[in-house]
Amino acid sequence: MDKKYILVKDTRRAGSNQTEHFAGLLAAKIQASPAAEAVQVVRAADIGFYDQGLVLKFLPGGPVYLNVSEADLDRVVRETVVGGRVLEDLAAAGTARQLRVVLRNCGVINPENLEEYIRRDGYRALSRALFEYTPDKVIEEFKKSGLRGRGGAGYPTWLKWHLTRSVPGAEKYVICNADEGDPGAYMDRSILEGDPHSVLEGMIIAGYAIGANHGYFYIRAEYPLAIERIGKAIEQARERGLLGTGILGSDFNFEVDIRLGAGAFVCGEETALIASIEGKRGTPRPRPPYPSVSGLWGKPTSINNVETFANVPVVMTRGGDWFAGIGTEKSKGTKVFAVTGKVKNSGLVEVPMGVTLRQIVFDIGGGVRSGKKIKAVQTGGPSGGVIPEDRLDTPVDYENLQKLGSIMGSGGMIVMDEDDCMVDIAKFYLGFCVEESCGKCAPCRIGTYQLLKILERISEGEGRSEDLDRLRLIAQAMQKASLCGLGQTASNPVLSTLNYFETEYREHIQAKRCRSFKCRDLLTYSIIQSKCKRCRQCFLNCPVQAISGDREVGFYIQLDKCIKCGKCFEVCKFNAIARE
Amino acid sequence: MTDKKKSGCCEVALDEAAGLEQLRNAVELYRRKPGALIPILQAAQEIFGYLPESALRLISGELGKSYSEVAGVVSFYSFFSTTPRGKHLVRVCLGTACYVRGGKEVLDALRQKLGIEVGETTADRNFSLEVARCFGACGLAPVIMVDEDVHQRVKPRKVNEILDRYRTRQS
Ligand SMILES: Cc1cc2nc3c(=O)[nH]c(=O)nc-3n(C[C@H](O)[C@H](O)[C@H](O)COP(=O)(O)O)c2cc1C
Ligand code: FES
Repeated sequence: MDKKYILVKDTRRAGSNQTEHFAGLLAAKIQASPAAEAVQVVRAADIGFYDQGLVLKFLPGGPVYLNVSEADLDRVVRETVVGGRVLEDLAAAGTARQLRVVLRNCGVINPENLEEYIRRDGYRALSRALFEYTPDKVIEEFKKSGLRGRGGAGYPTWLKWHLTRSVPGAEKYVICNADEGDPGAYMDRSILEGDPHSVLEGMIIAGYAIGANHGYFYIRAEYPLAIERIGKAIEQARERGLLGTGILGSDFNFEVDIRLGAGAFVCGEETALIASIEGKRGTPRPRPPYPSVSGLWGKPTSINNVETFANVPVVMTRGGDWFAGIGTEKSKGTKVFAVTGKVKNSGLVEVPMGVTLRQIVFDIGGGVRSGKKIKAVQTGGPSGGVIPEDRLDTPVDYENLQKLGSIMGSGGMIVMDEDDCMVDIAKFYLGFCVEESCGKCAPCRIGTYQLLKILERISEGEGRSEDLDRLRLIAQAMQKASLCGLGQTASNPVLSTLNYFETEYREHIQAKRCRSFKCRDLLTYSIIQSKCKRCRQCFLNCPVQAISGDREVGFYIQLDKCIKCGKCFEVCKFNAIARE
Repeated sequence: MTDKKKSGCCEVALDEAAGLEQLRNAVELYRRKPGALIPILQAAQEIFGYLPESALRLISGELGKSYSEVAGVVSFYSFFSTTPRGKHLVRVCLGTACYVRGGKEVLDALRQKLGIEVGETTADRNFSLEVARCFGACGLAPVIMVDEDVHQRVKPRKVNEILDRYRTRQS
């Protein structure tokens, strides 16, 4: 019988952490129950909920309980652990929509223990591939599965492998792209840290399918734990004959190395990544030739994303047909998203393709934290776009997101509310792209800079009526003429905000008004004398002494000195500061 | 000197000669592997806390690459620094999740409290301030990292308390 697990985590802020205490209590209660043998209590490092008190997650497939108190534990053991009934008053809404394929082991097994991975079917896929499948048959299975790349573009995995396999040559490479460049996303990190062997196994199977004997992990230097865990996994696999010469007694050889990224977003792009592994500046080059023909050191190379690899063993053990049964017509399987920003329960979620954005944000994420109105959801990072509230019922898949002017991307999903200004958000992403543009091609180097300058002008109240057309024109030129994906997609944040929130742009330009109060230069602060209790808090907290007066005559803001930092607005307890 | 590795970005406790000797060993370790330049530079930065010119000269000589090629690679990657950093490196995340949850305000507070701009080091060489893009802790934004420690849900008003912990600690 499959063992069941209960993940336990005290999600209150640091200082009050009692995970250990509760886990001990729960384990003792279960020991004394009829379910003692069948259930194991596991302390979780990250359970995907925050500030929700004690959280219990029942695996596989069970509910999640929030804000569990010590007094609830008896009831939980009696009803849920033994009786298998869900306690509705404790259950988090919408947890039923999640489906764990990629994250099947994350938080369940000890990632540094190969035995635990093996106990959960680990390396069975590899052994099946090596002994029951020819490389072509492996590729055939992936064609059936419909698995597409999870790194952003959604290229069919089987096709990439097939193309790389078809190029003649004895020396070929597999690369795992673990550069996770989207700022605000951490799916790949969590997979590498939580289940490193699944990624490694996926990579070895890819090597077998392609006819490659060497693989590289390219991991961001910012992820020290992920690097350590993959390193350990490689060592363990080597000791067990899962890597090296004659893997598991077959005639297939495979070796793996780790390379660290050095802080350049563009190195997530495949040709730039290859240049970086070769020890050069990480600039992209025109394609074709594609890496499948001429990649690392000029040899045929297949680059896949971390999450793509983590799907590979599942496809092999459960079969392509099973996998293809999940998801939508053209997007199969599940997708892991890092839901963050203004959402109540931020964290990783894994859902079948085809679930709607609204279900992810509201049913699973619990809606907006502040209770304010949601404005938009951003997907795809600097290459993606915003999706406004009235499109949230769109089922998530590659094609739909693209139609909405965004992309699936690697899985970052940032919830924005009324306090987020769309001009400011566009400016944020463009600022990122200006810094990260490698400078090799002019459309991207100059285009991102020009877009940023116009956006800055608009947010400072210097916008001109022709600016919106200019933004669109520059964006188009960049899409058509840039060398790599960075430049081709860098304008998406501008185009999508402009497309859905043109009125906000116009307000900035014409009325010199920012409805989200984000664009400092458009704000003025003043003191509403009728509400002011003369408590002096604003006077004391103003960093530039722009507030004058005393308790007798009252306080006034000197507009010529005010730097519009908003400090007085923040500290006033009587809502006596007006912000317009 | 063994805990040097742990403090990573920080102190330059080694004198240069000893550091260069260590670097020579690292070069030996990697030189036969293809694409060795970047791993060697990363090792050098671990050793010195930054990349002094003497180290770059040594690497270019040992690998038989021109100095300009080595310097070109160094300048491309933001991870590499050619100026010494302070004892503690404060990095503020300005990834998207942190940005929408007030990362910029945290950065402003730190700039004010430390009296330095991004990329600078305080006069007492205690702190350097840098901006980063996502530590993968977005669920608990805004996030800053001081040396190897991640601080989550940082409030601008509280940054001084965080800094104080490092002011008193001798690393
Ligand atoms: C600017 C830029 C950044 C990218 N960053 C990443 C990244 O961080 N991680 C990733 O897996 N793919 C990234 N990609 C996509 C890769 O080029 C490549 O398509 C992907 O790794 C292929 O793997 P897949 O087929 O499994 O998705 C990036 C692409 C561009 C243009
Ligand atoms: S955006 Fe700051 S940690 Fe991810």
